[in-house]
Amino acid sequence: MTTTAIDAGSRVDEDTAGEQLFNELIAQDSRIEPRDWMPADYRKALTRQISQHAHSEIIGMQPEANWITRAPSLKRKAVLMAKVQDEAGHGLYLYSAAETLGTPRDKMTEDLIAGKARYSSIFNYPVLTWADIGAIGWLVDGAAICNQVPLCRASYGPYGRAMVRVCKEESFHQRQGFEILLELANGTPEQRAMAQDAVNRWYAPSLMMFGPPDEDSPNSQKSMEWKIKRFSNDELRSRFVGMIAEQVKALGLELPDKEIRYNEETGRWEHGPLDWNEFKEVLAGRGPCNAQRMERRREAHEDGAWVREAAAAYAEKQALKYAQAA
Amino acid sequence: MTGGSTTGDDGATAPSSGPQEPRAPWALWEVFVRSSRGLSHVHAGSLHAPDAQMALRNARDLYTRRNEGVSLWVVPATSIVTSDPDAKDQFFESPQGKDYRHATYYTKSEGVKHL
Repeated sequence: MTTTAIDAGSRVDEDTAGEQLFNELIAQDSRIEPRDWMPADYRKALTRQISQHAHSEIIGMQPEANWITRAPSLKRKAVLMAKVQDEAGHGLYLYSAAETLGTPRDKMTEDLIAGKARYSSIFNYPVLTWADIGAIGWLVDGAAICNQVPLCRASYGPYGRAMVRVCKEESFHQRQGFEILLELANGTPEQRAMAQDAVNRWYAPSLMMFGPPDEDSPNSQKSMEWKIKRFSNDELRSRFVGMIAEQVKALGLELPDKEIRYNEETGRWEHGPLDWNEFKEVLAGRGPCNAQRMERRREAHEDGAWVREAAAAYAEKQALKYAQAA
Repeated sequence: MTGGSTTGDDGATAPSSGPQEPRAPWALWEVFVRSSRGLSHVHAGSLHAPDAQMALRNARDLYTRRNEGVSLWVVPATSIVTSDPDAKDQFFESPQGKDYRHATYYTKSEGVKHL
């Protein structure tokens, strides 16, 4: 009895000391590393955010991979393959970061396949034409970069480091998308119309990638206190609107929003209303492509089972041979 | 089976015997990349792989897609020994207060050239 009481007591002391150090590190804008003490909610929130981010990268391979065989030239095919391969890499960097918080990799994959985990709503929209590949690079990757650059300074070390790597690679994604649109915009009238149509369809979904408006985003406040997020959803969205409002001029296209304006008083870019019901529907699994994306992910996992098994069997056999030879 | 295939293959997938024995998940490997000759290998990240050769190949695909490296190390994560994060104050206290180990501690020679 006495021992248990003492043990419990010293654990409480450790927690108190741990919490104090955690708070100090956050206040100093330093970083939390995997083996540091951290509040259970911090661990949970990060695991959720990083694993969702990883799932988004992995699911995000699908809409673009569908276009590799239909890319208009060998160069475009090579570029698109490099981009899809990068998305796989980004998913893996992020799974590694999430894993340092204690959830095994296989558990995260299982959750995704079982439909228990979320991924970005943007990947549930269909990619209808080649111009969509351009719009995705420019708008979707553009929005992702806007969101991810501040995450390089996230208080959790492994997440920040993964984001640094991701951001470096992501800028090529945005530029190649912009270039596709630029070429189409300067092409035949049909190509130009196709580019405009893609921009029209991807504009609102890409703005919604930043998440619900601040007043409807209950997790944001805590995340900002913990310095995981540095800016609110609306702040980042406004910044993004300002960037694309300028960039679209270089394309000679238009954004499908007549209400975009710079508000001198607030110093913020404003945009027209977004259909948040659509966002909720897509997030709840009722978007145009949710079922297809999940089905494809499940298939890929099942189709790859024999490869994973063969590799593991080979590794076991080699290890046995090595042990016998020794 | 209702088909008349003589080989017994009616195109159907063989009934899954289910997972025989659940295999242990692939091990975690830490990856170190030497970015060019003359520099040390630096920790780049980690990955999962069933064995060392696969770990190396995966590391190449994952961490050197843009000529980031001329050499790779992969190390089983379980082989890395780390200092205890809770004991860091005691463990690293020795150099504290020993500024005299740094050249900047010695100021009287200021202005003297090549020193």
